[in-house]
Amino acid sequence: MSDIQLVDAPPGIEGPGYFTTAVDKAIGIARSYSLWPLPFATSCCGIEFMATMSPHYDLARFGAERLSFSPRQADLLMVMGTISKKMGPVLRQVYLQMAEPRWVMAVGACASSGGIFDTYSVLQGIDEVIPVDVYVPGCPPRPEAIIDGFMDIQKLVQSETLRRRNEPEYQKLLASYGIL
Amino acid sequence: MAKLTNEALLKKITDRFSDKLTLLGEPFGLLTLETGREQLIDILTYLKTDPELQFGFLTDITGIHYPDQDKPIGVIYHLHSLVNNVRIRLKVFLNDGDEHIPTATVLWNGANWMERETYDFFGVIFDGHPDLRRILNVDDMVAYPMRKEFPLEDPNRVDKKDYFFGR
Repeated sequence: MSDIQLVDAPPGIEGPGYFTTAVDKAIGIARSYSLWPLPFATSCCGIEFMATMSPHYDLARFGAERLSFSPRQADLLMVMGTISKKMGPVLRQVYLQMAEPRWVMAVGACASSGGIFDTYSVLQGIDEVIPVDVYVPGCPPRPEAIIDGFMDIQKLVQSETLRRRNEPEYQKLLASYGIL
Repeated sequence: MAKLTNEALLKKITDRFSDKLTLLGEPFGLLTLETGREQLIDILTYLKTDPELQFGFLTDITGIHYPDQDKPIGVIYHLHSLVNNVRIRLKVFLNDGDEHIPTATVLWNGANWMERETYDFFGVIFDGHPDLRRILNVDDMVAYPMRKEFPLEDPNRVDKKDYFFGR
């Protein structure tokens, strides 16, 4: 039999018949294990992502088996591959269409920094147009690395406050990208 | 039908456009001629419509930039005669600051995007083109990126700065 692991309860006060904790923590755990990723795959990192989703690596183990191909319902934008400057506004539009809370993961060297494409036609990292939460290095990164980056996103989701959008740092960050 | 050789092809063209063509050579068996923009469309029309030659297929239009040359901007036409299975290449060189050339869309509709691409990367203006605007690069780009004076590398790149390498 496989060793089934359950998520530990968040820190709280427990007594006979009751358990109290912060709503932030409980919802953060719930969110982190049901993230709906939106794959924005433009090149070879997208192939690695396909391997990540397939049964051998099985991203579904982390509660992300439901890919959302509509940005409206997605929680996590996974940008995998080279983003040309002409694609930049498209990516930004997709990000703007996502509802809060939303996270962004830049998978691979190209999405993180432009990678080998140090040229006039390629965006030198998607953080030129949208804020990024987690960068996954590699060219392309192995599925293990993508899963590692995904687990970092999960930790972020668990530790952030419920209304991330209302935080002044977050608003400042978005304002620096001309969003809001 | 006998195979159309480069010699026969060259003779046929030079008989008609003798003073307007220069032979540049036959690299890899590809007959290459240089001409001027004034008679370019005449020559292309002749190559396309001649019943023997039938260069009906426009393989590509592209550009080139030789900054040290007297006429630095070149436009290159590759034609293919599917009937004879022979190819030919035509080059037209243009002066800097006067990159005008008549459009080939009057002969091939397929020239439309090829000319837009050449305009996009080399700034060659194809007079008479129905919709000459950028095709591959972002619309608000101001430079012509395949010209040699344009820096290839992106100025926004940060992880290749010298101080990351102790320089």
